[in-house]
Amino acid sequence: MRTLILAALLFVFAGGAFALTPQEGALDPEQEARYRTLIHELRCLVCQNQTIADSNADLAADLRREVHTHIAAGATDDEVRRYVTDRYGEFVLYKPPMTARTAVLWIGPFLLVALGVLIALRMLRRPRAVATPAPTADTERLRRLLDEEER
Amino acid sequence: MIPELGHFALWLALAVGLVQAIVPTVGYARRNLRWMSIAGAASQVQFLLVVVSYLCLSEAFRQNDFSVAYVAANSHSALPLIYRLSAVWGAHEGSLLLWLLMLSGWAFAVSIFNRRLPADISSLVLAALGAVSVGFLLFMLLTSNPFDRAFPIPLEGRDLNPLLQDPGLIIHPPMLYMGYVGFSVAFAFAIAALVTGRMDSAWARWARPWTTTAWLFLTMGITLGSWWAYNELGWGGWWFWDPVENASFMPWLVGTALIHSLAVTEKRGLLQSWTLLLSIVAFSLSLLGTFLVRSGVLVSVHAFATDPARGVFILAFLGVVVGGGLLLYAIRAPKLVRQGEMQLASREGLLLFNNVFLVVTAAMVLFGTLFPLLMDALDLGKYSVGPPYFNRMFFLLMAPLAVLVGFAGVVSWKRANLVESFKPLRLLALVAVVLGIALPFVTQGQGSVAASAGAVLAVWVLVTSVQEVWRRVRAKPSLAAGLRSVPRGAWGMTLAHIGLGVWTMGVAFASTFNVEKDVRLGSGQSADIGRYEFRFDGVTHVEGPNFKSDTGHVVVSYRGREIATLNPEKRLYPSQGSVMTEAAVDHNPLRDLYVAMGEPIDKNDANGDWALRLYYKPMMRLVWFGGVLMFFGGILAATDRRYRLAQRASASIPDGAAAA
Repeated sequence: MRTLILAALLFVFAGGAFALTPQEGALDPEQEARYRTLIHELRCLVCQNQTIADSNADLAADLRREVHTHIAAGATDDEVRRYVTDRYGEFVLYKPPMTARTAVLWIGPFLLVALGVLIALRMLRRPRAVATPAPTADTERLRRLLDEEER
Repeated sequence: MIPELGHFALWLALAVGLVQAIVPTVGYARRNLRWMSIAGAASQVQFLLVVVSYLCLSEAFRQNDFSVAYVAANSHSALPLIYRLSAVWGAHEGSLLLWLLMLSGWAFAVSIFNRRLPADISSLVLAALGAVSVGFLLFMLLTSNPFDRAFPIPLEGRDLNPLLQDPGLIIHPPMLYMGYVGFSVAFAFAIAALVTGRMDSAWARWARPWTTTAWLFLTMGITLGSWWAYNELGWGGWWFWDPVENASFMPWLVGTALIHSLAVTEKRGLLQSWTLLLSIVAFSLSLLGTFLVRSGVLVSVHAFATDPARGVFILAFLGVVVGGGLLLYAIRAPKLVRQGEMQLASREGLLLFNNVFLVVTAAMVLFGTLFPLLMDALDLGKYSVGPPYFNRMFFLLMAPLAVLVGFAGVVSWKRANLVESFKPLRLLALVAVVLGIALPFVTQGQGSVAASAGAVLAVWVLVTSVQEVWRRVRAKPSLAAGLRSVPRGAWGMTLAHIGLGVWTMGVAFASTFNVEKDVRLGSGQSADIGRYEFRFDGVTHVEGPNFKSDTGHVVVSYRGREIATLNPEKRLYPSQGSVMTEAAVDHNPLRDLYVAMGEPIDKNDANGDWALRLYYKPMMRLVWFGGVLMFFGGILAATDRRYRLAQRASASIPDGAAAA
């Protein structure tokens, strides 16, 4: 089904603008900056793995123009994101929004840090009876030789 | 005939690999020194056979022997010789042969340089490497033979992917593979340690130079890859967090953790089992990277099924190597005895946190890369995880590490007073904060929280690294004596840390103050970025050896004075019908000016208006220069004389295990 939609889109947009065509219409500097950030966050759906900013595909050029038009019309970033996800699904967002399903993606690493720090602190604090194995003749000699070279 | 010779050499290499894996292991079990000593000779013979096989494939490429299916698929008679020779690793089968060449080359080096290690360790290391080579040889011979013949013989080859026809791509894959495969040596050392139960400072001293060497190649490989992407892809980016890139970055992160934990194991005899685990994980991630890139699973979960034989084989191989390694670890590691106490306030204590951040970052990259695959496989929806996610998480996880680096020199082993240690750094911390906040204003004339945060960290890493060497030098009576007294390993560490600081500075500036403009220009028209003016002087049509090019001419002026002429190209490679962008860059240490050709506005009129993409990227060079510094730091560290002494010392010891 998705392929069908894509094919339809491609057909509609076929003969559309050229890739990388500079956008018409002026944005003020603040809007321009938002436009740049947004096109680097959206996925080109017909490409291997590219943002619409980086893609030469016609679909990407059209999507860039859509984003441009919306921003020029005064849309907020969230409105633009909603507009594209309504049409193409969450797949289009390279920065998945925080939802129940993606929570693990955003919070997981920090939980891991916390866990790692806890384990490290336990290792450092744990008082333990140090069972040093009786050094054998070779390890003792080896250690001496190595230590001599320690300056 | 020549391809058959290469094919035959591979089968012989398989036979030798089996001997190399089995005989020394049985010899170890039976305490038979003669059986154990076969490992060295076997690995040397195997290396020779793989070299022969590799040369045969290169010769087939040189001769344009299109009767070999792999050559026909990846070469063309008009392809320049240098690219025909590098086309050997241009696709799946040949990359595996390069992988194998590296693997047997590493084993060969181990057999030469480690002759003086105790026989049980050195032969078990080689046996483990032999076992890995058997897996790869079987994979090649059963599913991906580069010497398969094609019939009927095509008159012309289908050409090398034009993306790969670039000088960066000639050296990038071999460097990267040297790194990937190099971690197999660390892995093999871990296996030998687990089997023999010998896991002490001496072991760490033997394993350390090998691990550092693998790491420095991987560092260079990644740096070159980034540089290539920047010049060749035409999007002005230097890191895309693409799964293929992530596949090389994960082993790098874990490898970096490993070289630090090895330091603790060597100096203090601590963290042995953690070091072993990291050795196994670093190599597992290298294999996983190969699997991810080679199985097609990244394109989509379903692409996996298009060539199930290969995918299933790698997955099974991964299972055997990783599963086997971890199983051995689970059984044997608890028996390792800890030799001392560990304090939070000590260098090893801080290095433990270094490891936490590096390993969690690697886990974040792994999870982010696999998340879309997992969700898709579980039917929970289609998601994309890309640069905006990775950049933010990477910064948050790595910033604490950069802070820690500053303490690398001043905190002593065993037991330190953190408050006392920080005293000499107070001034440096102040310098870092002031200078870091000021730098964006001074150099770019504007402020940015992100750039300032990055610059503070960068300056902190830089000044503390220099201070560390200075502290050592000052302790000696004269400057010359002081400089001489700093061991090479310490120079290496300092240089690599300086590389990290330089890299951080580059990233902070290049990503925040990057200016990018899409413009439409006719001949004679110009566009501005700040005080830089880009004048487009039209295109000329150029015929390359196997491509046609529209070469643009862009004259760049700064405040009205001409400073550079850039010639970006749009190339058409007719044999594959593909269009390539060759960006043109004018650079100095402070900024890159980058021009990439888009398309002619009227597709049929190359002399009309063109869409061009212009970039201004401050401090872009520092990103790669930082990588290069890390590479040289690695070289210094790996060649420290104490590793050679460690070998001599061990050689003079009667071989306990083997003689018993």
